[in-house]
Amino acid sequence: MTTQQPGWIEKALREHDEHHEHAGPAAPAIPDREQQVLDRIDRARRRRPKVREERITMSHGAGGKATQTLIEAIFLDAFRNPLLEPLEDAAVLAVGGARIALTTDSYVVSPLFFPGGDIGELAINGTVNDLAVSGARPLYLSAGFILEEGFPVADLTRIAASMHDAAAAAGIQVVTGDTKVVQRGKADGCYINTAGVGALDRDVSLGTARARPGDAIIVSGPIGDHGVTIMLARGELDIEADVQSDTAPLNGLVAGLLDAVPAVRAMRDATRGGVATILNEIARSAEVGVLVAEEGIPVRPEVRGAAELLGIDPMYVACEGRLVAVVPGDQADRALAALRAHPLGVHASVIGQVTAEPPGIVQLKTAFGGTRIVDLLVGDPLPRIC
Amino acid sequence: MKFVDEFRDADKAHALAAKIAALCEPGRQYKLMEVCGGHTHTIYKHGLEDYLPESITLVHGPGCPVCVIPMGRVDDAMALAAQPDVIMTSFGDMMRVPGSNGSFFDAKAAGTDIRMVYSPLDSLKIARANPGKRVVFMAIGFETTAPSTAMTIMRAAAENLPNFSVFCNHVTIIPAIKAILDSPDLRLDGFVGPGHVSTVIGCRPYEFIARDYGKPVVVAGFEPLDILQSIYMLMLQLSERRSAVQNQYSRVVPWDGNSTALRVIGETMELRPYFEWRGLGFISHSALAVREEYARFDAELLFKVPGVRVADPKACQCGEVLKGVLKPWECKVFGTACTPETPIGTCMVSPEGACAAYYNYGRMNRHRVTEAAEVGRP
Repeated sequence: MTTQQPGWIEKALREHDEHHEHAGPAAPAIPDREQQVLDRIDRARRRRPKVREERITMSHGAGGKATQTLIEAIFLDAFRNPLLEPLEDAAVLAVGGARIALTTDSYVVSPLFFPGGDIGELAINGTVNDLAVSGARPLYLSAGFILEEGFPVADLTRIAASMHDAAAAAGIQVVTGDTKVVQRGKADGCYINTAGVGALDRDVSLGTARARPGDAIIVSGPIGDHGVTIMLARGELDIEADVQSDTAPLNGLVAGLLDAVPAVRAMRDATRGGVATILNEIARSAEVGVLVAEEGIPVRPEVRGAAELLGIDPMYVACEGRLVAVVPGDQADRALAALRAHPLGVHASVIGQVTAEPPGIVQLKTAFGGTRIVDLLVGDPLPRIC
Repeated sequence: MKFVDEFRDADKAHALAAKIAALCEPGRQYKLMEVCGGHTHTIYKHGLEDYLPESITLVHGPGCPVCVIPMGRVDDAMALAAQPDVIMTSFGDMMRVPGSNGSFFDAKAAGTDIRMVYSPLDSLKIARANPGKRVVFMAIGFETTAPSTAMTIMRAAAENLPNFSVFCNHVTIIPAIKAILDSPDLRLDGFVGPGHVSTVIGCRPYEFIARDYGKPVVVAGFEPLDILQSIYMLMLQLSERRSAVQNQYSRVVPWDGNSTALRVIGETMELRPYFEWRGLGFISHSALAVREEYARFDAELLFKVPGVRVADPKACQCGEVLKGVLKPWECKVFGTACTPETPIGTCMVSPEGACAAYYNYGRMNRHRVTEAAEVGRP
């Protein structure tokens, strides 16, 4: 009546054993058994990522661990080059005598229209923001549309108009594009891809790997607005709340920050995976610890309430107009003042700092007074949100 | 946030922590089990263990609905879902539970129609909208979720809905607690009782624990202060050499439970002679099946269910973790072969599972962390 152990478990155990044989001797001074186990886990986490699933699942698109594994194991492996390897929001390139930033992003949000914005506005702002947080001045965008047979022209007109308005607000132009139509049922109304280039005309060098112990970590405003808005806009949850997407172009805000504090170490816009994912990228790429205080993290009461009801943590919820900045500790006040001087940064606040220990780990001091880890999410149990 | 922040007040927590520490007798070690996975989640999410003296150990119990589902049952569900014209509906945290051949998520990616629902009633909506399909709800959970499944069955009966059924995996908490109490390898001092289960069954069913086993039980709420206060109440009983059932969660839990909820469960479901629990083995009278009167909504009768029993993977020590004999990190494969991305055991799947909670929130050395936090204080 008992069957054999399924094959995948045997495989996982074999890999685990192989790894153990090659792990080498443990550190000489062993504090306790729990610490030994923690070190073993740490080594396992540093292993080369591998996609174990046979098919793509929704987790691969959720922005957490599964997404990261997919990117590193498949795309980075296939395209590996020094420009791609940093895996920042935009690649930094030298063309002729000029330095430019190049980025691309696809938008599959559902519903297409939601409180505070629509897919068109998102497609412009998202790509503008990826350029801006790379220190570039966004200039030109491309736009590619995949449309489903039967999609209302009136909706497309509305989306195009809002892209126009967003481009004007961000001070950029859409200069090339593409259109494809697929059969009914082969897409969900309208998908948009945008790519963008920007000029790197500031003398700054940014990257999450540059974070150093003592640096301050700042967010530019309340987090989680976009993600919660989308979840509620789907109408599946029967919750009503007065929230709207925070979608906005961040290039003006970034310019103000870099003018005041050219020594900014890194910036990221907190989209899919939320602020927690960015903090983990910082900890991982700079081999530092990150310590944040729950009380310092701005979250609107409506968003907190909805997240509480849904059992999700706002730290993992997407924003579309918020950035996380790492700045030298002694310049935190100046950075904060620069952000707060801009309408999009009025509620900016310092949420934590970079520490030497423990490397690669993000810790949260909870409002209740305890401490816990903030890890990457494995996958998002809720449908796609950006 | 109103009615939430009050229960997360750090000042009150400090005061309670001091009172708890004062009750610890020198040289004595205390092992308290929180039965419910929701409590485990709260403890880790808020870092509650930071408030407890080293002599108090919290042992994480079997009350995580997803964690106790044996692998064979997942395989049965997948076989059900793969039959023609079936739409399987399931709660979100069931989606990643591994069977012999992957999880619901993997099956969904391979083309099986499995949909996530927030309430069993949503399954009825899907059934009405798809008259040509057969909708099967994967029912899991303790007495907490059983009433909503029961209501859904009754609603389907009232509507005479021909294409809806339930694959019933509901379990009951008391036999599991009794199995743990009778387990020879564990010495517990008291129980933090499950709050939401008790909303339905009340506090009386726990009386045998205090009376026959001499262990105090405090039914607790789910905010961190609720749990801390319950620990204080347990410690107070222990210091006075008493064992009684107390209700800390009186704002929600009536002493005699919810008679309406109990009635609808009794109306639609009956106890199975026995049921297999992940890691705990077969426990008699520990699970519910759909009653004969509602047989037309019982997926186990309507479909061919293989009913294959799959051995728990040998390396996986979920059973020991569920019984509280092992701490998550003491399992051989914890965090290396078994991680939240590729869970081998169920405890690593649900955010309420002890292993997942420890891995995601508590994977750190308390001493080192405290030092780092002190150094890092602005």
